[in-house]
Formats: sequence, structure tokens, C-alpha cells
Amino acid sequence: MIDREQVLHVARLARLRLTEEEVERMSGELSTILDHIEKIGELDLEEVEPTSHVVQVENVLRADEPRPSWARERMLGESPDATAVGFRVPSPGAG
Amino acid sequence: MSAEIVGLTAAQAAARVRAGELSASELFDAYLERAAAEDLNAFLWLAEEAPDPPADAPLGGVPLAVKDLFCVEDVPSAAGSRILEGYRPPYTATAVRNLRDAGATLLGKTNQDEFAMGSSNENSGYGPVHNPWDRERVPGGSSGGSAAAVAAGLAPWAIGTDTGGSIRQPAALCGIVGLKPTYGAVSRYGMISFASSLDQCGPLTRDVTDAALLLRHMVGRDRCDSTSLEFPEEVVQPSAERLAGMRFGVPPELSGEGIEPGVREVFESAVKTIEGLGGSLEEVSLPHSPHGIAAYYVIAPAEASANLARYDGVRYGPRTGDSDLTAMYEQTRHDGFGPEVRRRIMLGTYALSSGYYEAYYGRAQRVRTKIAEDFKAAFERVDLIVTPTSPTVAFKLGERTEDPLAMYMSDYCTVPMPLAGIPAISIPAGLSQRLPVGIQLAGPAFSENRILDSAYALEQAIGFEGVPVG
Repeated sequence: MIDREQVLHVARLARLRLTEEEVERMSGELSTILDHIEKIGELDLEEVEPTSHVVQVENVLRADEPRPSWARERMLGESPDATAVGFRVPSPGAG
Repeated sequence: MSAEIVGLTAAQAAARVRAGELSASELFDAYLERAAAEDLNAFLWLAEEAPDPPADAPLGGVPLAVKDLFCVEDVPSAAGSRILEGYRPPYTATAVRNLRDAGATLLGKTNQDEFAMGSSNENSGYGPVHNPWDRERVPGGSSGGSAAAVAAGLAPWAIGTDTGGSIRQPAALCGIVGLKPTYGAVSRYGMISFASSLDQCGPLTRDVTDAALLLRHMVGRDRCDSTSLEFPEEVVQPSAERLAGMRFGVPPELSGEGIEPGVREVFESAVKTIEGLGGSLEEVSLPHSPHGIAAYYVIAPAEASANLARYDGVRYGPRTGDSDLTAMYEQTRHDGFGPEVRRRIMLGTYALSSGYYEAYYGRAQRVRTKIAEDFKAAFERVDLIVTPTSPTVAFKLGERTEDPLAMYMSDYCTVPMPLAGIPAISIPAGLSQRLPVGIQLAGPAFSENRILDSAYALEQAIGFEGVPVG
């Protein structure tokens, strides 16, 4: 069971605003899904190594050589609010 | 003339172009006309014209439909999400570039579940896709637009991505062929990420021959994706007529309980066809595969919650709310993401949060190890594993949207393979309730040639003729 307070805490961690109605709904839906997921708690996994990547590859390195990068104006061009030299955002402390 | 052109498979069309019997522009126009008139909502963007393919290009200028999440330079690429509405990437995904270099021309971008999260295409920020077999039903997902476009003859072939079944399940529900390659076989560079340890792109085609041809020109190591690998052999055109000497394993865990009777019937008849072609059959157990859904719905959302942190209204996409920085992030992400994406971000953030990490993410990664070990043990006894692709035929639009867990169960038969990184194909095997049923063949890492060859023999013997081109 994941309650209202937990939903709000996780939403804050995820930088996700939820309306009142969405908080209620999320609490119910996540609880149902987590109930199913918790079935893996029944397995004995004590001695089992975790898998984070399925293909065994060693560190992949490349030569440290400069290559052309993207043009700054092209990168800034997709932003909803950019100046000629950077991305503009609201002040962190304005609220 | 147009109907005759559209009746050709991609491989046939490419051969005609190379032989000078068909012009690439005529071929492109025939498909563009159909795609522009479509009413399945399969396409989100269409090209206006195609560049001439290089002379003798192996793919002969055959038009290609590309899932929206592949970045294509200066072409809208939004991964089916409103949070990337209007985004035009500065570069092109390696898989798309490889296919273009081989002579494929970009026909359009196809609709999908937002960020590839879904099994019905109902989670698209741009409306659902309709199944060409029955417009009241879903095409499957997340590569639903690609599957519907190929099934309806709006495109000769398409590419999509598969994280937990997103190529194979829509291929099954639309009556076409879909192949998820070995993890690392195709570069992920330029694919808008969902779950990076699982995502893999592959072909959706009318037949097995087309799948082999498309795959052949997609694979290869890419210096822009350090998890990509050199494909150890050439991908060849399949030609097997018999399956003598091939050993097939049927896992009861993925072919019995939970599979609807009509699907099971078609599956059992396909198994008999395998025997008739000389293949041997035995039961093999994949004891941990029933836990695949639980492990997957921890691992994939966990990776997604990290991958989707970048959508914050700063560098691309629309922005909402500007009272202060945090409020802007939170409002932009609320407004830009749809309900399923929000749900998965929440699930993944929760699973990774302090105090819960080991109970969820840690355990899920251990289950992943067990699932991979089950396959390894099975492949010591058999060459390929055969299962139904989807537990049901295409379901009705809206039928599962209110029950996320029921929707997740659509991936029951397809989730174990990406967790183990192994390749699998879905081919149409028959009809149930006048809707297509797919069967799945899975093999060890880099066994694509073996899978394609067996799928080809089976395809010829089954003689599925149902793709509603017309």
C-alpha cells in the first residue's frame, strides 16, 4: 500500500506536479501494481547476482581526440526560451 | 498500377527497382498517396518527396516507415509525447542512417505509445491507432503505428523498438512479422530512450524475407553507442524448407495458463506444423518467466524515471509555469507527460528511492539473472523456443485503459526475452475470432539467422494470407 503522503513525496522527487484527483488515483493504481510486483519477494534470491546489463562487455574506450560538436545556435534553437548564449529559466528563488 | 506496386513485398520492390523495371519515385508516390489518405492515425508526419537512392542500392529506394522515437535530422521526432511536440533533432539515429545509406527512403514517422510505454498505442499523446483488421480494436503497442501501417499496406516495411514486446506484440496483433534483435545488435544512438538496458530496435515487415533484408542493413557496432556490438556473421536471406534436425522447446509457463483458448488453438496447430516439417519438439521449463512482468515493471520504470528526467522545459519542447524554477519543472512535466508516463515515472522513482531500492530494484535485477539462466539451460537442450506472442488477440479500444495491470499482462510472453537480451521473432500463424494470432520463436544471443530460417520454413508451410492490403 502506498499512501497519499508517499505519493506526494515521490512526486516531489520526480519533479512532477499532480492534481488532488491524480494523487488519489495514483495511490490506488501504484498499490495494485506494487502488490503484483511484491510476488518476487517469494523467491529465494539470496545467492543470486544482480544483472544490470545482459551482454558482457568490458569498458569501451575511444581515442581522446577532438571532434566537431554541434553548433551552439542549433542547440539553443530548440529551447522554449533561450538567449544568444544560453538557456533562460525562471529564478530558483522567485517563488 | 499502384495496387500492383503496393502488392509487392519490400524485397520484391527493391529487386524491381534495381532491375530498372520500377522507378523509385513511382514506388514512393504509390505509398505516399496511400499513407496521406489513411484513417488509422498510423502516421504522425509524412515526407513530401524522396531523394533518389544511390544506384544499385541494395534497398532500392523502398520507402520506410519509422517509429516517431527515432531522431531524424530536422524531422519532427516527439516519441509520441506532447513534451517533445515540435522538436526537430539536429541529428539522425544510426539505425535510420544505416538504412538510408543502403537505399531506403524515409516515408514518414509513425504513431506510438508515448515514450514506448504501452501495449495498445492508446498512450500516444497524438491519439490512438486503429487496427486495420477491426477499427474498434487496438493495433498493440508500443510500435502500433508501424505495425498498422505495414498491415494496411500504407508502408512496405517499418522499424520500431522493443523494450518488453513493443515490436513483437503489435506485429502479432496486426498479422505481420516483427523481430526484436539481440541486445546490442543495432545501435541505440538517436533512439529516444525508454529503458536503456532493454531497448532494441528492429524490423516490422510483411514477411520473414523482408525482415531479414531490413535487419541485414541495420546491424553493426556504432562508436556512438558503447553497448552496440559487431554482428558476428552476415545476416543472410532465409531459405529453409524443412526443419529436420532442429529442436524446438515449448515452455509450459508461457503457453498454457493465461493464454486465451483461440490463441492456444492456433499455437498448437503451429506446433504440429513444426513437427510436420521435421522439427523435433520437447517441453522445456522456464520456471522464472512468470515473474518476468514483475521484474520488468520495476526495471523498465526505474530506468525510465532516470531517462525522462531530461524533459524539464529547458532545452526542448514546450514549457508551462514560470513562477519559479521548481514550479516550472513540475508544471511542465505534469502538462507534457500523459497518465501512463507519469505512472511509470512514479513507479520507477519509488522503486529507486531510499529504503526501497533493494526490495524492488535489487530483487528485480536478481530475477533478471534467473530468467537469463533459465534460457541458457533451455538452449543447452533445444535450438529455439516457441510460444504464443500475445496471450490474446487484439482487444477493443478502451478495454484495458482503466486497469494498468491488465494492460501490463499483454506483455506476459514477450517480456522474458529482452530481460535476457536474446532475439525473438513473431510471425502470423492463423486467425482467431477473425483476428490474427502470432507465434514467437526465440533463440540464444546472435541466433538471428537460425530464427529467421526457421520462421521462413514455418511461414511457407502456414501460408498465412490475411494482411488486408487493398
